[in-house]
Amino acid sequence: MPMSWALLVTLLLAGAGYLVGRSRAFSSAGADIRLMHSRPTYHGASVALLTVAPALVVLLLAAVLRMSGLLAADTAATGIAVLIAAVIGLGYGISRINAAFQARNAVERMVLTFLILCSMIAIATTAGIVLSLIFETGSFFQKYSWHEFFFGTEWTPRFDGNSQLGMLPLLWGTLYISFIALLVAVPIGLMAAIYLSEYASPRVRSIAKPLVELLAGIPTIVYGLFALITVGPLLRDAIAQPLGLGNSASSVLTAGLVMGIMLIPFVSSLSDDIINAVPQSLRDGALGLGSTPSEIVRQVVMPAALPGIVGAVLLAASRAIGETMIVVLGAGAAATMSLNPLEAMTTITVKIVSQLTGDNDFSSPETLVAFALGLTLFVITLGLNIVALIIVRKYREQYE
Amino acid sequence: MTDMPIPGTARPTPARRSSLIEVDPRTRRRNAAEKRFRTYGAVAIGIAVVALAVLLATIIRDGSGAFRQTYLSIPVTLDAERLDPKGNRDVAEMSSVLTLAYGQVLDTALDQAVSGMDLQIQGLTEDDIDGLISREASAQLRSRVLDNPELIGQTVDVNVLVNGRIDGYFKGRVTMASAERDSNISPQQLMLADALAERDLLVTRFNREFITNPDASDQRPEAAGLGVAILGSLYMMLVVLVLSVPIGVAASIYLEEFAPKNRLTDIIEVNIANLAAVPSIVFGILGLAVFINFAGLPQSAPIVGGLVLTLMTLPTIIISTRAALKAVPPSIRDAALGVGASKMQSVFHHVLPLAMPGILTGTIIGLAQALGETAPLLLIGMVAFVREFPAGPPEGLFDPASALPVQIYNWTQRSDPAFVERASGAIIILLIFLLCMNLLAIYLRRKFERRW
Repeated sequence: MPMSWALLVTLLLAGAGYLVGRSRAFSSAGADIRLMHSRPTYHGASVALLTVAPALVVLLLAAVLRMSGLLAADTAATGIAVLIAAVIGLGYGISRINAAFQARNAVERMVLTFLILCSMIAIATTAGIVLSLIFETGSFFQKYSWHEFFFGTEWTPRFDGNSQLGMLPLLWGTLYISFIALLVAVPIGLMAAIYLSEYASPRVRSIAKPLVELLAGIPTIVYGLFALITVGPLLRDAIAQPLGLGNSASSVLTAGLVMGIMLIPFVSSLSDDIINAVPQSLRDGALGLGSTPSEIVRQVVMPAALPGIVGAVLLAASRAIGETMIVVLGAGAAATMSLNPLEAMTTITVKIVSQLTGDNDFSSPETLVAFALGLTLFVITLGLNIVALIIVRKYREQYE
Repeated sequence: MTDMPIPGTARPTPARRSSLIEVDPRTRRRNAAEKRFRTYGAVAIGIAVVALAVLLATIIRDGSGAFRQTYLSIPVTLDAERLDPKGNRDVAEMSSVLTLAYGQVLDTALDQAVSGMDLQIQGLTEDDIDGLISREASAQLRSRVLDNPELIGQTVDVNVLVNGRIDGYFKGRVTMASAERDSNISPQQLMLADALAERDLLVTRFNREFITNPDASDQRPEAAGLGVAILGSLYMMLVVLVLSVPIGVAASIYLEEFAPKNRLTDIIEVNIANLAAVPSIVFGILGLAVFINFAGLPQSAPIVGGLVLTLMTLPTIIISTRAALKAVPPSIRDAALGVGASKMQSVFHHVLPLAMPGILTGTIIGLAQALGETAPLLLIGMVAFVREFPAGPPEGLFDPASALPVQIYNWTQRSDPAFVERASGAIIILLIFLLCMNLLAIYLRRKFERRW
């Protein structure tokens, strides 16, 4: 691999540049360090950075050119170009050195540039997500009418074309499962947070709180397997078959229950923060008027914390809507719209996975529809997050 | 004077029967409500803890079997005529002998061993006896002989895997009743297995191969292992560590210490908060569209998985690093600036070392999150069936590999119930890794935590 050799040589050059720069700066000041603007190490560092930076720029440029197809995968030529850039940088760096050269300022400017570039990666990521989603969704809507996608009630992708790709059954499944998950997670999580912050002794709190939060550290694939082999068959044998409501182990209720368990720590730790942010003086006032602790929680703490808790629920909802592995393993693949919670239904995320795994043909609407689904998912969760953040932020201002 | 009762309208107030000793009904009601409310809270905690316990218990119950495996140990005569027809003991020539021949050698050895035992099993056919051995066993024997050609012609003791169903019989997954209905196993085979186990020819022992072997095909659950998946996950964590820590720390330093309060930094901050809440599958779509379709990186490669997971963990690392930097008191910065350090020097020489424990903790937790992530990896082709170990880094980063959580998903999609055991066993390994990482994070926090 000539590329990694070029990089290695560049690093060696930078190391040499550091040593040369340092000693040269020292000798240019006549070995009197007081005459120099910057300490010799900064001179060395400035040379080293000037060697590495142009080489990296050339490397990135070559990578971009190769991706856009303008350049063949000729790594030997790019390797030499990288080396030339490094040598030029090295020469320029060494030539700049004299006692009056403000090496420290130069180095700090370069480091600051690096810091700024790194913080731009967040923006680049968002831009990458939005652009790739919009771009592919655009080419999907050229092949399939947007009207039928958003308002169609049939989801039957076929390989021979002529598919019905209506999103509504998927959206219904997503919302139904998320609703059940929130129905489980919000009361349990909220009561757990109330108990931990208002009632539990420090000892109980120090044991129970990490235990509850352990649930948050378990990967979702584990919950998925739990739904698939334990909860699903249990619900089928105990509820669905005796009542004649279905024969499927994967169902809305299975996925919803398990997802609810997953969200308990999420709801409880968020509401714990919010409940703790309610000033103690409010509680003391209510206690002084003769309230019992539960009356304080219900009539003082809850109303004060309500906006924050609504925000926490919205965040949990956005988590539930975007959750993938539990629904892939627990909810099933049938795109149906029904009210029966023991029937298998499917979600947006399940269909993204099933349309994009395996051999993809990026010109067929059956593959591209996954990007449209992804964009829908992104917009829904982003909207929920923004509303939640606004609510939480507004509420926090009240007590500060 | 307005408080004075109007003469003639004053009604005698009824004497209130309140007592400090006797609780009135209203107080009793309030106290009962209090008790109820308290119970609800305790029940909520109880449900969460019970859910955790049930989850872990079922995983351990289902998965512990994966760490034990049944082996058949019999003497096998390595017939020189079949395995090395030319008689040169030359490895290159011997490689042309197919695995099938080794299977026949094994079958003969087992037939001899069984016929020497004088067993009375009704309806036991030769196929039944041969079916006892795993289909993977002949390949194992072949690679052992090719590594060591002198063995040919000798009679050696070999330990070979038995069929997954027989293995399941010793773990209680397969019973005589289920074997009646199963076309892959017959009750006669189970009886034979019992007889062999009595004579200590079938032993169940610790299954090291589960951790070191690569995945095996749908028909051979007994040979499936996690080797490639663990290595693939390791490579991805390496990429995530190398990329996300410098980038995340640099970004946090800029945002926390240098950034002016303007529109741009505001946008960056809102962006990071939102990215932290974007569903992970969207990052998978990003990886597919940008790294594979646009940049032309290979599918199923750990480098792509690592890049996607890096983008996913960056917000987590940035948020925790900023918290750690914020926790360093301003007096440290002021003191450094006061003795003539530049802003950059005060940050890199004083603030950053003091924030390091917090940064480390946040990084480890971010890595743990990335290790368990499945959904984005499904979209970039990590579900592929990979049996070859990837090469060493850096070239190996571009070879196809699997990953621990994806391997678990893969196994759940297979029909043989033995794979449920394998998947649960893989989860135990994954959870052990996560537990170690979290314990390390807790240890670091305890050890270096500083209160200002």
